[in-house]
Amino acid sequence: MSSPDKVARRKEKLDRVAKVFGPSKVIPAERTVEFLELILSPGDRVVHEGDNQKQGDFLAEKLAQVDPKKVNGLKLAVSCIGLPEHLDLFENGIAEVVDFAYAGPQGGRLAELVGNGTVKIGAVHTYVELYARYFAELRPDVACLVAIDADAEGNLYTGSNTEETPALVEATAFGGGIVVVQANKLTDNLRRVDIPGEWVDFVIESPKPFHLEALFTKDPALLDETRILMAMMAMKAIYQKYLPKVLNHGVGFNTAAIELLLPTYGEELGLKGKACTHWALNPHPTMIPAIESGFVEAIACIGGEVGMEDYVASKPDIFPLGRDGSLRSNRFYGQMAGHFADMFVGATLQIDPFGNSSTVTADRLAGFGGAPNFGAENRARRHLSEAFLRAGAEAHAGEYMPQGRKLVVQMVETFQGANNPTFVERLEAWDAMKTAGFAVPPVMIYGDDVSHIVTEEGVANLLLCRTMEEREQAVRGVAGFTPVGLKRDHAMVANLRDRGIIQRAEDLGIRKSDVSRDRLAARNIHDLVRWSGGLYNPPSRFRNW
Amino acid sequence: MKLTPRISFYEASARQRVAGILDPGSFREILPPTEQRISPHLGMFGAPVAFDDGVVAGEGTLDGKEVYIFAQEGKFRGGSLGEVHAAKITGLLRRAAIRKPAAVIGLFDSGGVRLEEANAGEIGSTEIMRAILEVQRAGVPVIGLLGGSCGCFGGSGITSSCCDALIASEEARLSVSGPEVIETVMGVEAFDSHDRALVWRTTGGKNRFLFGKVVTLVDDHIPAFRAAASALIKPSEPLTVASLRAERARLAKRIDEYGSCTDARQIWQKMGLDADRVPDMTAAELTAAKPA
Amino acid sequence: MEHLSFEFDGGPNAPKSGKPYSVAGVVSSSNLEVLAQPKDLGGKVRFEVNTTVAHFEDAWRAVFADFVERSQPRDVLFSINDFAAIPPVVSLRLDQAWEALA
Repeated sequence: MSSPDKVARRKEKLDRVAKVFGPSKVIPAERTVEFLELILSPGDRVVHEGDNQKQGDFLAEKLAQVDPKKVNGLKLAVSCIGLPEHLDLFENGIAEVVDFAYAGPQGGRLAELVGNGTVKIGAVHTYVELYARYFAELRPDVACLVAIDADAEGNLYTGSNTEETPALVEATAFGGGIVVVQANKLTDNLRRVDIPGEWVDFVIESPKPFHLEALFTKDPALLDETRILMAMMAMKAIYQKYLPKVLNHGVGFNTAAIELLLPTYGEELGLKGKACTHWALNPHPTMIPAIESGFVEAIACIGGEVGMEDYVASKPDIFPLGRDGSLRSNRFYGQMAGHFADMFVGATLQIDPFGNSSTVTADRLAGFGGAPNFGAENRARRHLSEAFLRAGAEAHAGEYMPQGRKLVVQMVETFQGANNPTFVERLEAWDAMKTAGFAVPPVMIYGDDVSHIVTEEGVANLLLCRTMEEREQAVRGVAGFTPVGLKRDHAMVANLRDRGIIQRAEDLGIRKSDVSRDRLAARNIHDLVRWSGGLYNPPSRFRNW
Repeated sequence: MKLTPRISFYEASARQRVAGILDPGSFREILPPTEQRISPHLGMFGAPVAFDDGVVAGEGTLDGKEVYIFAQEGKFRGGSLGEVHAAKITGLLRRAAIRKPAAVIGLFDSGGVRLEEANAGEIGSTEIMRAILEVQRAGVPVIGLLGGSCGCFGGSGITSSCCDALIASEEARLSVSGPEVIETVMGVEAFDSHDRALVWRTTGGKNRFLFGKVVTLVDDHIPAFRAAASALIKPSEPLTVASLRAERARLAKRIDEYGSCTDARQIWQKMGLDADRVPDMTAAELTAAKPA
Repeated sequence: MEHLSFEFDGGPNAPKSGKPYSVAGVVSSSNLEVLAQPKDLGGKVRFEVNTTVAHFEDAWRAVFADFVERSQPRDVLFSINDFAAIPPVVSLRLDQAWEALA
C-alpha cells in the first residue's frame, strides 16, 4: 500500500516516459540519461543496486550525468558506495544525502566529502537494517537494479549473484516506486525467472556486463604461519570446545585459514560431522577442500562468487540451485541465516581494551556491511543447540534465568602492519563521530557482544569474564606487544590464564614447530582447482599456471 | 576429489629442501650459519645480512650414495649471487672435483647476481661455471633442481644450464633475462611481466621440459625431486667436439621447427599437444603426452 | 643497520637436544632469522640482534623478556638478523628455534 501522492507521482512519471519513448518497457541504452531525467524528480529517494560484489555500474554512470538543474536533492541509498560515480552524484550537485552499509574502496573519499559538507550521511547501516528500512521509512521512489538477462516483459534472470535484488525490487514495486533494471542481455529465452516482469517497469541493455568483484577469493599462497597458528588455536579452543554446527565466516584470510585446515587439523580434532556442517556463506573457493572432505551439509548463499559457478552447480545438495541448475543467492535471507547461527568469526581493524571494534578510522568511513548482524549476540534467538547452550552456560552461570549465547569471535593479528596496532586505547571511531557529526561513535561490534578474541598471542574467552576489569585484562592479555598489550596487569593476566579465560598455544598443546603451511589442505589457487576436479575456474589474476 | 598432501619444494626454505633431498640425518654443512660468514658488502648499503649468505652447502648421502649439495635461499635477497654466496658454491664444486662424490646436486633458486655486489657476483658466477666444468671433467655429474619461488634467472640461469641434467616442477622458471627485465627493455607489448600465465608458459618448468632443457618434470613435492635426482646419478658424459656438434644440430633443428612461433601455445600445438590442456596436466600426464 | 645486545637471567631449561644449533626463519621482508646455539653463559640467556629498523630497543626487550618468561631457557645464545619483522613474528621464530634446540 502506498500513499495517494506517491501513486499519482508514479503515474505522472510513467506518462511522461510513455509520451517520449512509447509503451515499451525497453529503453535504448544511448538514451538512458534523457530517460532518467523523466523519471526522477528533485528530492526523490533513489536506491541504487550495488553491494561489495555486484555493482550497477552502467546506471550509476548515467545517473551521474543527469542535469542537476532538472534533477537535484536526491536521497541516495546504496548498500555499498563502491563506485566513484556514487560520490560524483554529490560533487555534481545531484544528490544530497546517502544511506549506506559499506563504503570499502570509496571510504577515504567519502570521509573527505563528509568533512567538507558535500555529502550528508543519513546513517551507516548493516545490510539487513538498510533493506528493512526500505520497507518502512526509506521507501524508494526509484530503484536502479541489476540483472544478467531480461526479456521485453521485464522478467529477470539474476542468477548466482541475485543477492539483494529481491529485497530492493519488492520494497520499490510494492511501495509505489519505479523499478529500472540494467541487464547484460535482452533475450526471449530466460533460463529462469528470478524476478517477475510485473514488478519491473523498465529494462535497459547495458553496453557491457555489470562489474562483479571476486571478493571472496582468498589465495591460500598468502596465508602465513601466524595465521595458521591463530587458526589452530581458534579451532582447538573454540570449534572443538563448543562444536558450532551453523556458522558464518567473514571475508578475511584468518577464516580462510580455518576453512583450509578443516580437512586436516579439523579432522584430527574430530570436528567432522560434529561441527561446521551448515553455513551462511558465499561460495568461498577455500571451502572446496572441506566440502570435498565431507564436512559440509548445506550452505545458505548470501551471494555468488566469480569462477565458482560450475563447481556450485555440481553440488545440488549443498548449494541452493534453481531448476535450471544455477545458484540462486539471497543476501537478505543469507544475512538472517547468519544472524541466527551458532557462531560468527570475523576480523576488524581496531579493537579497544573493552573489546569494542570498528573498521571506521579517522580518515576512512568504511562502514560495516554485514558484520554487525552476523556478529551480534542475538537476543531474538529461541531455538537451542549444543554450541548455543554451552556458550550460554558460561555467559550466564549463576544467573536466575538460564539462557543460550551466540558465539561471536574476533580473530585479529595484533598488528595490521609495522607501527599500526590493531589494539588501541581509544577507537578512531570517536574521531569519525566528530567528523561525520554522528551522535555516537560508529562501532561495528560492541564489546559485550564479543565472546572470544583470538590473536597470535592466544585466545581470550570474554564469556567467562565477570567484571569490566576482567574483560579489559583479558583483552590486554592477548593484545601482544601493542601499547594496549604492554599495559596489562601481569598478575591479573596470570590469574585469567590459570582460570582458562586466556589460553596460549602451549596451554592448548600446540607447538610452534607444528605450525606449518604443510597443514593446509590447499597451498594455492591451483590446488583448489585440483580439489574441485577442474570445475573451479578462477579469474585470470589468480592464476600462475 | 581428494588431494594427496604434498611437501612443497616451492615453499620450503633452502635448509628444509636439503633436509628433504638427502637421507635423514646425513647432512654435514660446510660453513654453517654458526660461522657467520656474512656478506662484506650488504652492510654498507644498510641491507640486512644472513648468517649463511643465502646458500646452504655441504655433504651427505642420497639413497646411500655420497653426494655434495648446495641450495640457494630464494627468499633472502632473491637468492642473489653475492661474493660469499658464490664462493661457497665454487668451493664445494672444487672439493667435489678432487673428492669425486657420486654427484653434485644444485638447488637453484635465484634471480641472478646481487645488485649490491655486482662485480664480485659476476666474477663468482663465472667461477661457478668453470668449477662445474671441472667437476664434470672429473666424471662427476652435476644435477640441477629447479622449483623455488624465485625461479632461476641471470647468472644462475646460465650456470644451471651447465648442469648434466635439470629436474624441474611446473612452478619452476628458467631463463637468462627475467620477465621484468624483458618488459623494461622490449616494452610491455613484447612481454607483459604481470601476465602470470604468459610468464609461466614461456619460462616455466613445463615449457622447459617440452623443449628438452629439463630432463625430468616432477610435481611440486620434495620426495618427487629426491627420487628424480637419485635416478639421474650416473657418471658425467664427457664434453667432446662430437657432443657439442650434436647439441648445435639439436638447437638448429629447434629453430627450424618453431622459429616462427610467437607463443608457447603455438609450439605445444605444433608438437601435437592440446595447448589448452597442458597447464592443467600433472607432471606424469605431461611426461606421458610429450612427443619422443 | 642497528646492533642490539640483551642479556637476561635464565630459567631451569638448558638445551637438551644435543644439536649444535638451530635456525628458524629466513631474512626476507617482514621476517627474520633466529640462530640458537647452546653456550655456557653461567645460566643466562643472550640475544644479539642486527636489525634494519632502528629505535625499537624497548620492543625487542619486551619480546625477549616475554619469551624468557614463557620458555625459561638458560645457557643459550640467540643471534638474529632482522628485516623489519613485527613482534609476533619475532616471538614465533624464537619459539620455533628454541623448540628445535630444547
